[in-house]
Amino acid sequence: MPEWTPRLEASVLLDFEGDLRGIDAYEAYGGYAQLRRAQAGMDVDALVAELGGAALRGRGGAGFPTGRKASFLAPGAERYLVVNADESEPGSCKDRELLLRTPHALLEGVLIVSTVLKLTRAYIYIRGEYLTEAEVLEAAIAEARARGLVGSPDADGYAPEITVHRGAGAYICGEETALLASLNGFRGQPSAKPPFPAVSGAFERPTLLNNVETIATIPAILRKGAETYHELGTEQSGGTHVMSLSGHVVRPGNYEMPMSLTMGHLIETLGGGVPEGRSLKAVIPGGASSPILGPEALDILCAPEALAAAGTMAGSAGVMVIDDTTCIVQLALRTAEFYAHESCGKCTPCREGTRWIVDTLRRIEDGIAAAAEIDLVLQICDNVEGKCLCPLGDACAMPVRSMVKRFREEFEAHVELGSCPLHDTSVLSTLYPQPRSLLPLLTVSPA
Amino acid sequence: MSATPETLYDAIQEARSQYPTRRGAVLPALHLTQEAYGWLSPQALEACSDAIGYSPAYCQSVASFYDMFFLDPVGTHVIDICTNLACALRGAGELVTAFEHELGVGIGGTTADGTITLRKAECLGGCSWAPVVAVDERYREHVTPADVAKIVSDTRNATGARHA
Repeated sequence: MPEWTPRLEASVLLDFEGDLRGIDAYEAYGGYAQLRRAQAGMDVDALVAELGGAALRGRGGAGFPTGRKASFLAPGAERYLVVNADESEPGSCKDRELLLRTPHALLEGVLIVSTVLKLTRAYIYIRGEYLTEAEVLEAAIAEARARGLVGSPDADGYAPEITVHRGAGAYICGEETALLASLNGFRGQPSAKPPFPAVSGAFERPTLLNNVETIATIPAILRKGAETYHELGTEQSGGTHVMSLSGHVVRPGNYEMPMSLTMGHLIETLGGGVPEGRSLKAVIPGGASSPILGPEALDILCAPEALAAAGTMAGSAGVMVIDDTTCIVQLALRTAEFYAHESCGKCTPCREGTRWIVDTLRRIEDGIAAAAEIDLVLQICDNVEGKCLCPLGDACAMPVRSMVKRFREEFEAHVELGSCPLHDTSVLSTLYPQPRSLLPLLTVSPA
Repeated sequence: MSATPETLYDAIQEARSQYPTRRGAVLPALHLTQEAYGWLSPQALEACSDAIGYSPAYCQSVASFYDMFFLDPVGTHVIDICTNLACALRGAGELVTAFEHELGVGIGGTTADGTITLRKAECLGGCSWAPVVAVDERYREHVTPADVAKIVSDTRNATGARHA
């Protein structure tokens, strides 16, 4: 098990040291008290009002208001809750920590939502690689079942059920329609909306779909009170977020903090800044798909609305820190390779475009590209972004374009030098050894 | 709970009981089948098909979408090195080289004795504990090239199959 970051003053969700994995530890902490409140008669409007009052926004990346989402769920005899535990955005590892440290908080949230909305069954769609995490969840469900919290009818005869459904290795299954296709037993390819999951989702029935952190936060909101929780954050983004900090920092880890604090607080105060002797070059603020920022990132608030105003996004709160030894062309190439690998192949702009971005960036990194190929990368990005069924194409085009625009002189230096100027210092160089002798193979002229 | 070829049929029926549609249990059925057979061989897909009631071709068409299903034979153990951004920024590339040297095979290769398959993985969700290496889906965190020899010898000496 990894070491956990210490409890922080503002913590709500991770307001404890170590873990609360066992049900006894969780109940001693006050756990499952909010479920009993919900069972005693909380109606949909009351729950939606609490979540709205807390300004809880989805923690999976899109940031949709959770209360409103719950209010959209269509009526029906069979309705489902699906928890998105397919955490796969590079830079994001918060849900993993929540699953390992406090699985019962997620289960309590699931049971509260299921009970209030009288849902047929909850499926926790967990990425296949999280085998240990799935086992921890299964053990927690078994404990809850033994206490009569799962599978036993309440006074109204309602018996909540939870199934852990393991994915099998596909980034795209974090996208809601792809996740539902995968849960329904198809290849995990996205589909056009409508129909929205709230009308036709799991097994073509009305489905509420939320991220792990979103659901796990619900008991804490009910415990603290919506107002108190809201006030921890900003007007538009209530409460705290668990931020995953990684890359070139002294103390990487998951830090739960209010959105009214800056990136600088996270990276320097909590994370200890970049290692001694290095300087900050860039920050990827919201997972690999978010546009890159320079050192100016330190002064920007972590709140989604503040990052959006800075031309990027908070995404799933995965903050990656990049120091001055790193080659941005390699970083762009590694980003694009990921999205090319994960493209499901359904839409042509994404399937073809991501591969062309990789090929062209590889030529720039190898020092065999013509100067015009830098603009060619931007042109391909334009031909991908906004032209695909799901956000995967955008997720490749946005960060690559931002890297070219923000660090253009570095791309030009590769072309002028005919090789990578940072090859000796960049830690990514081992993934991209320089070719010994390669002549420009083609002359590409963007039309 | 690990499935064997003998218990596979019943295990898949049990999985089916948790889903309102038969198709919903396809992914759990494929996981159980791979657990029982080691990889999704034509014979394994036949067994999966018998238990779930979809053709072997359908089962294969779903399996081929996902990185974790093996449609070709693999070693007894699988080592996945995460080389995505957060791990790459903390030296995953050096780990690839170190594992390749230690095992004497390249990425995608299996050792001559059939014990270990080496793969590169996309983000494993361990970014704050980078670099991460998954041995049969069990994560090792903050791995350095100095740890590689021990990980390999522990893996070779591990008894039983993956996920057991």
